[in-house]
Amino acid sequence: MSDPQGWIPGDPRSRPTPEHIVTGLKGTDAGGEDLVQLLTPEGVRVPDERFESYAADIDEAMLKDLYRDMVLVRRADREGNALQRQGQLGIWVPLLGQEAAQIGAGRALEPQDMAFPSYREHGVAWCRGIDPTDLLGIFRGTDHGSWDPLEKRFHLYTIVIGNQCLNATGYAMGQVFDSRVGGADTGTTREATMCFFGDGATSQGDVHEGFVWAAAYDAPVVFYCQNNQWAISVPLEKQTRVPLYQRARGYGFPGIRVDGNDVLACLAVSRWALAECRSGNGPVLVEAFTYRMDSHTTSDDASRYRLADEVELWKLKDPIERVRVNLVREHGVEPEFFADVDAEADALAERLRAFCRAMPDPSPDRIFSEVYADLSPQVEAQKAEYLAYRESFAESIGSEA
Amino acid sequence: MPQMTIAKALGEGLRAAMDKDPKVLIMGEDVGKLGGVFRVTDGLQKDFGEQRVLDTPLSESGIIGTAVGLAIRGYRPVCEIQFDGFVFPGYDQIVSQLAKVRFRSQGKVPMPVVVRIPFGGGIGAVEHHSESPESLFAHVAGLKVVACSNAEDAYWMIQQAIETDDPVIFFEPKRRYWEKAEVSVAQPPAPLFSSRVLRPGGQVTVACYGPLVKTCLEAATAAEAEGLDLEVIDLRALSPLDLGPVFESVRRTGHLVVVSEAPSESSVTAEVAARVQQECFFSLEAPVLRVTGFDTPYPPAKCEEDFLPDLDRVLDAVDRSLAW
Ligand SMILES: Cc1ncc(C[n+]2csc(CCOP(=O)(O)OP(=O)(O)O)c2C)c(N)n1
Ligand SMILES: [Mg+2]
Repeated sequence: MSDPQGWIPGDPRSRPTPEHIVTGLKGTDAGGEDLVQLLTPEGVRVPDERFESYAADIDEAMLKDLYRDMVLVRRADREGNALQRQGQLGIWVPLLGQEAAQIGAGRALEPQDMAFPSYREHGVAWCRGIDPTDLLGIFRGTDHGSWDPLEKRFHLYTIVIGNQCLNATGYAMGQVFDSRVGGADTGTTREATMCFFGDGATSQGDVHEGFVWAAAYDAPVVFYCQNNQWAISVPLEKQTRVPLYQRARGYGFPGIRVDGNDVLACLAVSRWALAECRSGNGPVLVEAFTYRMDSHTTSDDASRYRLADEVELWKLKDPIERVRVNLVREHGVEPEFFADVDAEADALAERLRAFCRAMPDPSPDRIFSEVYADLSPQVEAQKAEYLAYRESFAESIGSEA
Repeated sequence: MPQMTIAKALGEGLRAAMDKDPKVLIMGEDVGKLGGVFRVTDGLQKDFGEQRVLDTPLSESGIIGTAVGLAIRGYRPVCEIQFDGFVFPGYDQIVSQLAKVRFRSQGKVPMPVVVRIPFGGGIGAVEHHSESPESLFAHVAGLKVVACSNAEDAYWMIQQAIETDDPVIFFEPKRRYWEKAEVSVAQPPAPLFSSRVLRPGGQVTVACYGPLVKTCLEAATAAEAEGLDLEVIDLRALSPLDLGPVFESVRRTGHLVVVSEAPSESSVTAEVAARVQQECFFSLEAPVLRVTGFDTPYPPAKCEEDFLPDLDRVLDAVDRSLAW
């Protein structure tokens, strides 16, 4: 039955040997036969019976838009890395390789939907109308997220792994209680929630509890797991024996695995999952099967725990390249379009650099502000005392000069 | 005597404990192949194998909860929590099981588990990576809580913690991980649950622990230049507190400043202040003053210089105490 030598990724009857795990030789590029794909790594558009209708409106113009989105967020991401290297940011969390998974999901969201990100969702943020400059403060250390989560309908980044899965579920329960689920579809009245987390996160109790609660209340949550194969240095095999999408079954809702490097498939599957939720059939688990092409963060060194070969393998599945090839081959798009997008990306990078360098440090007031709805006498006293102390310092420095 | 960073000293201490007792296990996220995000466990999995150094699934409740089970089975697990702000998914297991199994079983089941937590700020990190939650553990009966401040203590205290038959929450001053000092590997300088006078002095007692010990020693050096003589005590054990040396010191100086990065409300510093005023009431010439983080969430990193007690704030408190 279980032949450890003949390990088939995704097949629960076979198990990886320690060598498979230790050397990182996991054959992780194989998504298995259940993988939903609309655009092959070679850029060939392939039909999919179940999800074709959710991609029917994707014409050349829209495909170009998706391409543009991915190129721009990748460029912003690379600039984030560079700004960290230049000492402008304390850390950067790269999304490299996950552009399709994020743009596909982000573009499926309607304005009235809500999203709960983890900390790598720069592409989803982009789709929610959050300018990349608004992300910089988190990594520069000037704020914990500068956008208005309620206005953008995109919650703050959540760093404690898994926490947001329960928060998203609670939000979605509210959508049910407010009668925003099911009923007639006018296009804007029905809502859903999308919750983003990683493969490692699936081991956390909060994620499990989120699944249980969402099922118990038919909460309209799309649990969108970006399986990028790694949780820092820990490979997927340490978190699960079965493919992650199959876990949904145990909770009583559908799970589906989509090629996370295929923006069309991610968009179509996300649209389907959100529609399920809006109509009252939620929750849904989507596993976007992708790969973290860079280190975990700029503080990490992936060469300590995974083989370059694995990264090389995934380069062949690049999410942007396949769209470019498709645009050229199947739509005859001219080089001029790509040059324009590249120029736009250059301009975005330039804008990010300039913005980052000019970012002011927060004033010490920030420490004490909005700790409570009512001013706390204790915190106010500490603030007054500290600011006076600081002031006295400035004076004494002034008088010495 | 070899020179070691605190990170290296902890690793060497863990290695010595594992050599000595085959029941000692290390478990945590990324502790094996990667050697931990701070490289404290670097090389241990290679030398001791995957059954003794476990790269665990991503779940702190799992790490602590299974450590409790392993301890019931006779193992001595050393759990690593990656950053201070990530201990909370495991807090339930720590408070409900780890802290109470001995009491509930009336001593039949000891809980020799160490939970290592890098703590404190000053590294310019994003949220949840700079917190000082030690008081949340000191408040819990059944747990012992210690904090090391230098390489020699790191090397010895981690071994002593592992030898302890009670759960020990072991705080490591992450912003000092890379600071080097000489480490005497011959014998431990002091028992685990003891405070130590690191710098004798006669005018003001300064009690501190963890990352701010260095700050306070620097403050004492700066004060000396102004003719002020500070006694600096590294508390080391936060629960149980070893306040004998502090009482003795305060009876001589009449002045006490307690220093910590953690918020002040219901904290270790509050406990020290309360006990000192009770024991040394007639010796005190000024109220016990505290220099701490504010009673706010840890701020964005660009504000942390304002949040964290520094040399000037310590000296300001010293001056205020003397001027009382
Ligand atoms: C509760 C908690 N424990 C540990 C960490 C440290 N940590 C940050 S990211 C990470 C790995 C997450 O992996 P995964 O869920 O796969 O997401 P990815 O980073 O791959 O996007 C860990 C262990 C954390 N942020 N929160
Ligand atoms: Mg991952």
